[in-house]
Amino acid sequence: MTTQRTSGRRKQALAAAAVVAALLTTAACGGGDSDGDGGGSKNGAAGFDAANNKVAQADLAKKGGTLKFGGAQDADSWDTTRGYYGFMWNFSRYYSRQLVTNAAEPGKAGAGVTPDLATGLAKVSDDGKTYTYTLRDGITWEDGKPITSKDIKYGIERVWAQDVLSGGPTYLKEVLDPKGEYQGPYKDKSKDKLGLKAIETPDDKTIIFKLPKANSDFEEMLALTSASPVRQDKDTKSKYGLHPFSSGPYKFQSYNPGKDLTLVRNTEWKQESDPVRKAYPDKITVQFFSDANQLDQRLLSGDLDLDINQTGMSPQGRTTALKEHKANLDNPVSGYIRYAVFPQSVKPFDNIECRKAVILGADHVSLQTARGGPVAGGEIGTNMLPPSVPGAEGQKYDPYKIAGENKKGNVAEAKKALEACGKPNGFKTTIAVRNNKPVEVATAQSLQASLKKIGITAEIDQYDGSQTAGIIGSPSNVKKKNYGIIIMGWGPDFPSVQGYGLPLWDSDYILESGNNNYALIKDKEIDGLFDKYVDTLDDAGKQQIATDINHKVMEGAYYLPFVFEKFVNWRSSRLANVYTTDGYSGMYDFVNLGLKSSK
Amino acid sequence: MLAYLIRRLFAAAVMLVVIIMVVFGIFFLVPKWAGVDIASSFVGKQADPAAVEAVRQKLGLSDPIYSQVWEFFKGIFTGRTYSGGGDVTHCSAPCFGYSFRSEQAIWPVLTDRFPVTLALALGAALLWLLFGLAAGVLSALKRGSFWDRGAMVVALAGVSLPVYFTGMIALAVFAFGLDWLDAQYVPLADSFTGWLGGLILPWITLAFLYAAMYARITRATMLEILGEDYIRTARAKGLREPVVIRKHAMRSTLTPILTMLGMDLGALIGGAILTESTFNLPGLGQAVLNAIKTQDLPVILGVTLITSLAVLIANLVVDVLYAVIDPRVRLA
Amino acid sequence: MTELSKSGAAVGEPTVASPAPSAFLEVRDLKVHFPTDDGLVKSVDGLTFQLEKGKTLGIVGESGSGKSVTSLGIMGLHTAGQYGKRKARISGEIWLDGTELLSADPDHVRKLRGRQMAMIFQDPLSALHPYYTIGQQIVEAYRIHHDVDKKTAKRRAVEMLDRVGIPQPDKRVDNYPHEFSGGMRQRAMIAMSLVNNPELLIADEPTTALDVTVQAQILDLIRDLQKEFGSAVIIITHDLGVVAELADDLLVMYGGRCVERGPAEKVFYEPRHPYTWGLLGSMPRLDRDQQERLIPVKGSPPSLINVPSGCAFNPRCPYADVPKDNVTRTVRPELTEVGSKHWAACHMSQEQRERIWTEEIAPKL
Repeated sequence: MTTQRTSGRRKQALAAAAVVAALLTTAACGGGDSDGDGGGSKNGAAGFDAANNKVAQADLAKKGGTLKFGGAQDADSWDTTRGYYGFMWNFSRYYSRQLVTNAAEPGKAGAGVTPDLATGLAKVSDDGKTYTYTLRDGITWEDGKPITSKDIKYGIERVWAQDVLSGGPTYLKEVLDPKGEYQGPYKDKSKDKLGLKAIETPDDKTIIFKLPKANSDFEEMLALTSASPVRQDKDTKSKYGLHPFSSGPYKFQSYNPGKDLTLVRNTEWKQESDPVRKAYPDKITVQFFSDANQLDQRLLSGDLDLDINQTGMSPQGRTTALKEHKANLDNPVSGYIRYAVFPQSVKPFDNIECRKAVILGADHVSLQTARGGPVAGGEIGTNMLPPSVPGAEGQKYDPYKIAGENKKGNVAEAKKALEACGKPNGFKTTIAVRNNKPVEVATAQSLQASLKKIGITAEIDQYDGSQTAGIIGSPSNVKKKNYGIIIMGWGPDFPSVQGYGLPLWDSDYILESGNNNYALIKDKEIDGLFDKYVDTLDDAGKQQIATDINHKVMEGAYYLPFVFEKFVNWRSSRLANVYTTDGYSGMYDFVNLGLKSSK
Repeated sequence: MLAYLIRRLFAAAVMLVVIIMVVFGIFFLVPKWAGVDIASSFVGKQADPAAVEAVRQKLGLSDPIYSQVWEFFKGIFTGRTYSGGGDVTHCSAPCFGYSFRSEQAIWPVLTDRFPVTLALALGAALLWLLFGLAAGVLSALKRGSFWDRGAMVVALAGVSLPVYFTGMIALAVFAFGLDWLDAQYVPLADSFTGWLGGLILPWITLAFLYAAMYARITRATMLEILGEDYIRTARAKGLREPVVIRKHAMRSTLTPILTMLGMDLGALIGGAILTESTFNLPGLGQAVLNAIKTQDLPVILGVTLITSLAVLIANLVVDVLYAVIDPRVRLA
Repeated sequence: MTELSKSGAAVGEPTVASPAPSAFLEVRDLKVHFPTDDGLVKSVDGLTFQLEKGKTLGIVGESGSGKSVTSLGIMGLHTAGQYGKRKARISGEIWLDGTELLSADPDHVRKLRGRQMAMIFQDPLSALHPYYTIGQQIVEAYRIHHDVDKKTAKRRAVEMLDRVGIPQPDKRVDNYPHEFSGGMRQRAMIAMSLVNNPELLIADEPTTALDVTVQAQILDLIRDLQKEFGSAVIIITHDLGVVAELADDLLVMYGGRCVERGPAEKVFYEPRHPYTWGLLGSMPRLDRDQQERLIPVKGSPPSLINVPSGCAFNPRCPYADVPKDNVTRTVRPELTEVGSKHWAACHMSQEQRERIWTEEIAPKL
């Protein structure tokens, strides 16, 4: 039963990929449609990929109107401290500001950091340990009171209260208080609850961060939503996410978890105090759907403007959209890499030659097809650094000729590697895959098929996808279950090699539970490169280290990358000033979206 | 009759307690045996051990299971306060648990979503009873006719086509194709016509499935009843045929239909998951679907209890109605 | 065209224009056939009899001999419960008090049902509606034919229940059928059939479902009521014992046809058909010993689709070879008068039958 159903899914995935490919081909040959493929008319859609890494129809944006989001999934939390979903970070800019934030620019430039509440980027001491910011004038909360440095400190301190405010990223805690001395504001004995020593607020306009150890990505971390200010008297602790107190251009009007969310203009917010947010619409609504097809239908029918989740349309809607409304679509790179990883604790993957054998023997085109093909899936992944991360080389770096001559799988080379590994007749292993991701199951089956050709018999084990942390995140369990190959994916928390690769490749991040260094990489050189990275303050140096780390990882043959993931995202014809940004992994920059008509 | 009612009520109350215990066991005891840490499923990904510990404390998960069940029980009547990590969360009575994922008490979620599901279930039931019974009776009376064959083919289609299929077709045609309806749920308090417009397609879609089933059952039962001796007696008295059908045959036909209706309504009130999902109706079914997606255990637990309760009440009502219809039941 | 429709109308007229009989009930050449997928079931295949007011006719035969279908045919209920199935074909004449029922307007016949002719069924538990009280069911029967209010009708119901011997009728009237004992239910059923003083009462196996002791009480009741109301009664049974004391005339049916009919004492004491002998042999008698009492008719009832050629009884008849030339298997015997108002359908000669009866059968009974 199970195998039949999964093979059905796989067929579906393959069929969908084939349809998408066919549609693209015909469109390229001039298969005309009413929307056209060109630059887009004033009232119509901007054109295929018109907003991908560039701004579409910027001058058509008008003030006013209601911007309508839909989504198949609600945020993990709208509390700035607790949210970890990428779209939540993007969306939270509507109601929260930070000292610095991602630049309001398309593509690569969007990954840069720009001043927000602060008058400028940090004044950094020479040793890279002290960051000083001065706050702008005219920055206010939704009740009109000014935002002070103490509010920012309090907001950051909340990250320490993990027992109450679980879920969000904890980079700031690790960098500012690596020994874990501070207990968080709720257990803070000091009167003002501002006991965190690493942050000083000499006056309401100045905030100083004192790092025990330098970290060159610190300002990127301050650009995270979890560094937003929170006012102590408005902190409802675990319930803050139901109604965060706004520091941005919009405030919560109503929120029903899993149902809908409505933001209206925060009348106390002043345009001149905010260099980042255009805040065109008057109102922003989000409606949640339990069925992704429903959502796609409503996007196609024009009832909704865009998908808040920004994870691409479902196969059915995508097919219709590509056929009939191609000019409403963008095909950005998501920042995610989808891959297989080989835990070194599971024999024979302790031997690099056996790992290489799998990389060389796999049919990369069929893996790409299983992921959805070049458009809905992405380009064949050739290394482990996402194209949006500085220092990445994209398909230019392809040590195993994955996208080149070995793309259909090189049986001869793979057999040679097997011989070198001492397993000339192949071996048996297990592929672990989440049961709630049909596409991943399809890739596992594709991999299984190509491994068979080189004598490796792989069994597929579909585990409960909601229990990832306890199943594949536990190295002892991985070893026990003989998971030689784990199918996974990873995206950057912020666009840097640290924000992407540290938990995956640094030996310090091997954990007994919730482990993400599935390969169990203990490479002194890689650890050293990460240490060097946090001390390096110049961008060129940082990029070089990122490139080096990537090369080291690939040389170790710990990973078989499938694709540099791409999505097919919908933008309604009503939208203006639309662009994707690397700051949010290829999503549209929500906070600067405008409507062509205020109606 | 009163004694019968009291007996039934008592049985229902006992049943409810048993259900709570069983459901609680499934959700809390079984994972424990399986070695799954329940606390970690209450918090998000990248769960900090401190957060997991805090949840364990708040929920009293390290307490023995009987005291957990007791706390839950007590919470229903007296409310409950969860505290941990310097944060205090109060869940007022009736407290059916608290979701630490969406930071809300379960009971208000249930009461917020219940009317939607109820409206969906009752409206659809009205439609399917109307059309199912009519089609079934007509088919039985004109057995073998063109009408009968046609109705039974349609009924077969209705029974075999899944709701999400007919629902999608209905949406594609009426809401997105012809643009007759908005197909968007609007609370009754906001606009009656909007509410009606949003529910019509779900009603019809759901009713189609059930009307088909009811038509088939009605037809079969009616044919059986029409062969009964007491129908012959009624005719022998000189009654007109329509009276024979209405007064004598229908009442008997209704008995099995009523049993079905009770069970179907009970199950539907627990959440018409597919229909609510297809039409994006904010009912209990959608809530439970979202909860399953996000592993929100307390919501699943709450809805499960409410579903059981609904089925229990529906059965109780059916039992009572049964006694009203069939005097023989009153003695049993 | 008008001419054609005129002639068409003429065709629609009853083809048999026989004169109305003098008897209260007269059945002439009644045939009730049911078309099925396997063939035509000839449940009743040419039945003729008369019945006067105040008299009782017993129709006797095995199950499947056509007795119940005959009674339903008279009541006009032969199509009942036949929804959508192919309709029964009925032909012949049924004259009730000067009206031919088969060609009459169905609604007219409906109005006669319950009022001029009523019926008592075999199993009172299944024949009474389980969801209505005895009173409600009697009241309904009364009010169909009498334009009275419910109170009056209920008084009438209590009166009837009292009349059929139900104790505390004013209380029992509100009971449901399942609260009655078997005998009580049949009394209630009788009360319901008689509530409109019908002139013809058909009792279809009225005692089969009852205890032996209760059977006698019910039969006594029917007899008393008949005397009181002066109705004509048809009692249908497979048990000759039931009608032995009750019936004025007897009609023995086999395979959808009458094989012997005549005054009850004649049929009882001078039966002239081997099948009647068989029935008498299988009749339980209290004055005989258990062991030798029952001499059942061997074999099983004939198929009503492929009725045996010749005499329908020939495969089971121990005397089938008595007549010469194999005539029993080729020619169907017609009813012939064997005595005063006494008819039988048998190929054997009078002498042969008299001899076999007196020498072989009677001594064993």
